[in-house]
Amino acid sequence: MAIFLTKDSKVIVQGMTGATGMKHTKLMLGDGTNIVGGVNPRKAGTTVDFDGTEVPVFGSVAEAMKETGADVSVLFVPPAFAKAAVVEAIDAEIPLAVVITEGIAVHDSAAFWAYAQSKGNKTRIIGPNCPGLITPGQSNAGIIPGDITKPGRIGLVSKSGTLTYQMMYELRDIGFSSAVGIGGDPVIGTTHIDALAAFEADPETDLIVMIGEIGGDAEERAADFIKANVTKPVVGYVAGFTAPEGKTMGHAGAIVSGSSGTAQAKKEALEAAGVKVGKTPTETAKLARAILAG
Amino acid sequence: MDLFEYQARDLFAKHGVPVLAGEVIDTPEAAREATERLGGKSVVKAQVKVGGRGKAGGVKLAATPDEAVARATDILGMDIKGHTVHKVMIAELSPEIEAEYYVSYLLDRTNRTFLAMASVQGGMDIEEVAEKTPEALAKVPVNAVEGVNIDKAREIVALAKFPAEVAEGVAEAMVTLWDTFVAEDALLVEVNPLVKTKDGRILALDGKVSLDENAEFRQPDHEALEDKAAANPLEAAAKAKNLNYVKLDGEVGIIGNGAGLVMSTLDVVAYAGENHGGVKPANFLDIGGGASAEVMANGLEIILGDPDVKSVFVNVFGGITACDEVANGIVQALELLASKGEEVTKPLVVRLDGNNAELGRKILSDANHPLVQRVDTMDGAADKAAELAAAK
Repeated sequence: MAIFLTKDSKVIVQGMTGATGMKHTKLMLGDGTNIVGGVNPRKAGTTVDFDGTEVPVFGSVAEAMKETGADVSVLFVPPAFAKAAVVEAIDAEIPLAVVITEGIAVHDSAAFWAYAQSKGNKTRIIGPNCPGLITPGQSNAGIIPGDITKPGRIGLVSKSGTLTYQMMYELRDIGFSSAVGIGGDPVIGTTHIDALAAFEADPETDLIVMIGEIGGDAEERAADFIKANVTKPVVGYVAGFTAPEGKTMGHAGAIVSGSSGTAQAKKEALEAAGVKVGKTPTETAKLARAILAG
Repeated sequence: MDLFEYQARDLFAKHGVPVLAGEVIDTPEAAREATERLGGKSVVKAQVKVGGRGKAGGVKLAATPDEAVARATDILGMDIKGHTVHKVMIAELSPEIEAEYYVSYLLDRTNRTFLAMASVQGGMDIEEVAEKTPEALAKVPVNAVEGVNIDKAREIVALAKFPAEVAEGVAEAMVTLWDTFVAEDALLVEVNPLVKTKDGRILALDGKVSLDENAEFRQPDHEALEDKAAANPLEAAAKAKNLNYVKLDGEVGIIGNGAGLVMSTLDVVAYAGENHGGVKPANFLDIGGGASAEVMANGLEIILGDPDVKSVFVNVFGGITACDEVANGIVQALELLASKGEEVTKPLVVRLDGNNAELGRKILSDANHPLVQRVDTMDGAADKAAELAAAK
């Protein structure tokens, strides 16, 4: 069943005709994703050939949805135009918008998040600044490599792209139901909690791996949520124990300010909620294996 | 990016927040003319990005232009909590103050919204107010789409229980402060203190502004606000090459792809260092996806140029990026550095996993560079890099 994305998902790509969009649309098609269109008002009515697969380009998200029944949009739109593109997706009420774009200004992401709420949250937003999500063997919406692992029964939620790949690789022989990269920006749409709730409800997920990093208090709140609502085993990893205060570690949201946002505090909160937390990605994978082995 | 007080003052003035006149100088002699322009009296204020400068003696009154020169002489070069004073602001003397308040806007990450904060207990550390008398600090969510107009500002002012006679003036200041926050793509705008003077004016006497570096594409003026002099030279060199680099205080140079993996690499190296004399990571460097030979060479050049670095750990998980490209990048980077006449003497430990890892490993083995060793697990490679750094 997986979460948020299945083989039945009909995916459009906003920004498909740009270099990044072209490259990843091809890769997503290769992973079996049902890509039904691209969006670019200046190229509406044309088609793009991806190794024999003709993908039509539409003038708007609304038009693409009307013509194809699309229910997922993946966005590769550059930062300066990302807010308008997300707002367009929200206005079209597409059920899922996956915002891959890195480097969006916080005033823009805060604005489209507020806008989504004012429209009744009909569009789930994943990202921005995220690798997207994959349901191995079914569909891939974003830039997660499709060949790391196979379908299985582990659910993964992570702020970081490369740590998502690393963890999928560590546990590649077991396989994943879905892996969701939620992004490392200060304002993101889908949170650890949203993904945890979805995995808890997913009958095809037996264990959840949750990867966090310094900055904010999302992991602490996820710990509270796990304590109250999650019955499946959760294994955690937090990156950034050695990060100094006041220095942004690559992700706009990854910064320790004063005593808030430290990896230690996040680890302690997760452990207090019964989550087994690994010291390294490899150790975290071992903890997951031990639990699955009973 | 955190700004100096004088830069915050300038931005406030630009957007109509009521401020006093002031200009920044970096030589004592310049204090004279600046003070003369203010009518012969001034406040000499150290410009450092740290709180508590008043207590440290970094803020002094000058009753004459000569006195301003003397005070500027005292303050320039002063060390305030590890920050050297390179600039002072010569500010207009405030009219007599009757009350000090606090107002700010910032991002509330937890609730994914903006937040207005306001208190009639200004002038002191606001975290202390929040802790000791939380009821004295009003926190009001601000919808990013709706923003703050005069009605919303009045609501904030009422919730913070400002006295009636200043309420309208503070509300007007709150609107202009919001304009600053939005127009400048700020993550924080804070006025502390906002004062009521005896002659009935509302003035922002000191402020903090932090700007969003992701907004630089539409904020061409912001680059000039960067404190280039204060940046670590390695960080400045990395920034010039568009590398995401942070200098740390250890001995193991780190290069990786992806912010999360690099952060994790720092941790794994620090743990490994516990078994090797306490060596630590020397830096954070994320070369991002699709690392070309040139990017790898730029990264290696920065790291090898750090005299603190004793060994280097290149940790790459090939996602979209293929490991054979990364391996070629490393080999070419070493050739490139050699051709530039830069002698590489520090050992490199390389771990490649993921997409085309076998091919990448073979390329490294075939190149057989005397300083490059392959270790194929992240924990194992971290241990080797720490061991090599400790042995140097």
